[in-house]
Amino acid sequence: MEISGAEILARCLAEENVEFVFGYPGGAVLEIYDAIFKQNKFKHVLVRHEQAAVHAADAYSRSSEKIGVALVTSGPGATNAITGIATAFMDSIPMVVISGQVGTPMIGSDAFQEVDMVGCSRPVVKHNFLVKDVKDLAATVKKAFHIATTGRPGPVVIDVPKDVTQAKAVFDYPKSVSIRSYNPPVKGHPGQIKKAATLLEQAKRPFIYVGGGAILGNAAAEVTELVRMLNVPCTNTLMGLGAYPGSDPLFVGMLGMHGTYEANMAMQYADTIIAIGARFDDRVISSPAHFASQAKKIVQIDIDPSSIAKRVKVDVPIVGDVKDVLKDLIAILKEANIRPSEKALNAWWDQINDWRKPNSLWYAQDDEIIQPQFVMQKLFEVTGGNAIITSDVGQHQMFTAQYYQFNRPRQWINSGGLGTMGFGLPAAMGAQLANPYADVACITGDGSIQMNIQELSTCKQYHTPVKIINLNNGYLGMVRQWQEFFYGTRYSESYVDALPDFVKLAEAYGHVGMQITKPADVEPALREAFAMKERLVFMDFLTNPKANVFPMIQNGKGLNQMDLPPHMQNMQLTPFENNRDYGNLC
Amino acid sequence: MRHILSVLIENEAGALSRVTGLFSARGYNIDSLTVQTTEDPTMSRMTIVTHGSEDVIEQITKQLNKLIEVVKVIDLNEADHIERELMLIKVRATGKDRDEMKRMADIFRGRIIDVTEKSYTIELTGPGEKLDAFIKALDQAAILETVRTGASGIGRGERILKL
Repeated sequence: MEISGAEILARCLAEENVEFVFGYPGGAVLEIYDAIFKQNKFKHVLVRHEQAAVHAADAYSRSSEKIGVALVTSGPGATNAITGIATAFMDSIPMVVISGQVGTPMIGSDAFQEVDMVGCSRPVVKHNFLVKDVKDLAATVKKAFHIATTGRPGPVVIDVPKDVTQAKAVFDYPKSVSIRSYNPPVKGHPGQIKKAATLLEQAKRPFIYVGGGAILGNAAAEVTELVRMLNVPCTNTLMGLGAYPGSDPLFVGMLGMHGTYEANMAMQYADTIIAIGARFDDRVISSPAHFASQAKKIVQIDIDPSSIAKRVKVDVPIVGDVKDVLKDLIAILKEANIRPSEKALNAWWDQINDWRKPNSLWYAQDDEIIQPQFVMQKLFEVTGGNAIITSDVGQHQMFTAQYYQFNRPRQWINSGGLGTMGFGLPAAMGAQLANPYADVACITGDGSIQMNIQELSTCKQYHTPVKIINLNNGYLGMVRQWQEFFYGTRYSESYVDALPDFVKLAEAYGHVGMQITKPADVEPALREAFAMKERLVFMDFLTNPKANVFPMIQNGKGLNQMDLPPHMQNMQLTPFENNRDYGNLC
Repeated sequence: MRHILSVLIENEAGALSRVTGLFSARGYNIDSLTVQTTEDPTMSRMTIVTHGSEDVIEQITKQLNKLIEVVKVIDLNEADHIERELMLIKVRATGKDRDEMKRMADIFRGRIIDVTEKSYTIELTGPGEKLDAFIKALDQAAILETVRTGASGIGRGERILKL
């Protein structure tokens, strides 16, 4: 029996076990919306802006091992989705975005609500399709899901013209996909994995550097086993937080621009670095020139060959699925009982513990003004470290990364690569729908929250009881911080001098609003908010408007050239001591 | 350094723009690009002439391989190869220049493929340097129009790029 393209599409999504479609209707997708109305296999979530639909689908994907799906109409619906798609692309999030398109006879005629979505989205997708014939629709959807979820994951766009949704064909969903030009690797090269094991055996100052790839590749258990087996210091990138437990003593904190003193120093002076699903991003290693100046051996494990040796020279590249590669590596290490020299490792830990002592994340607590760091610490305590945390982009994002200890993967959801303000709230919605029984908190700022604040309405409609933690400092905090550091404290347009009353705003949308102004009220307020299991609570914390994120590494500087927090600036810090007894060195 | 890349790619709408988009988005250079379907009509072959350091060429190759439609990429520079480019050049051919132009075309093994009272159109194939040399050898004022295809390349001997 022949059914319409729109019905085929709905059937395909059901075949893929899609649970939610995040979207917004419009002329070009009305046929699809009608088909959605007539089925009950999956639910549709009506957002208030297409960008939010894509962020919600993205966070749905990040916070589970499932795949997010978004549906938008042609033209402005499609272009509104682009920021969300680019966000997912930069962080390699598997996602399928279906966009409506004007009818095929009208394509290219500058028709009403027409935009070349395949062209617009090309630079920010893993792949995209324009379906010109209803007969190709089912196979295209199958391919899209396959491409989005395999290899290095990423967003895939399917652009579907209106007449294709109306045309009819027999529904035949392919069982499997074979694309001759697309065969992502899985197994790492055994010879290379052996070489990595040998390097670990010879290492005097080994360091394990774990990125978002370990989370996407569901390799957290293997990462943890490897680190503990070797007793080696471990760092996570911003995207990798949770891949190794943040409360564990072998964890030296996040590294990079706002990483801890000990993590950055360890990275700088390690002689052997094992990079796992991490790409030596500029926010992590800062300047390649300074970074590579130390004598070190680098092993890089990544599913994407183009991520390997893109910014720094790599001695042992291993292309493959991180989970598989780590399993193989662990097996070799166990079998041959390979461990780094204990004597050297002890000296290395002594060195790292010396770097740890000054506690680079210490800050001066205050009785009058709420310090943003304090809110994060209390949030960690009140939620027992169990909440799923989404964040927007700015100082609050870095405070969260520094002070909330993420102990499991898929718990920390933020826009790391693209740095998209407005991500946090729709992401919290998506994460809450994927994890209905979890505490979900959105950490945001007065700047970020206003970029997609209309989603408070969606949260009302779908009863997503997220807890919004607004670190309100009346500034675009990170912009202000940079203006202090680099632009002579000229606060050009970083002051937000017309903030709404966030409490009333939350109430206007039917939620609970709270404003917290005193440090003593932080913890009770958080407890009260998280006790309201059924309600969205918007917590407006008036925080220290002058708080800055430390440590910080300025562009072009080395990892050992951090701007340190005030309390460390006059301290006698332990330098890297090459003459510690690491054994025969370098 | 100059490199000549051969790319086997699915013969699909939009595939070419993915390749050119990749170059422009990542700031790589395309010196020339030729493309046509192969003996297998489902597949096209591109020859891309580009330049950059070894690291840049490695990234270009890896990024090309990442495109879903790209089947295979090789760098022809890595071994012996043959390159050819086609030029059509229209030159003024009047008076005593008329014989001179014919002689020049012969010397470069060009063929005159169109003749009018005032002009010749010469077809010339060869490596890019030969075509450059031909242009240089002519009286510049006599050149009315040139069009060149960019290089096509193929490995020498047993070296074959095929699925």
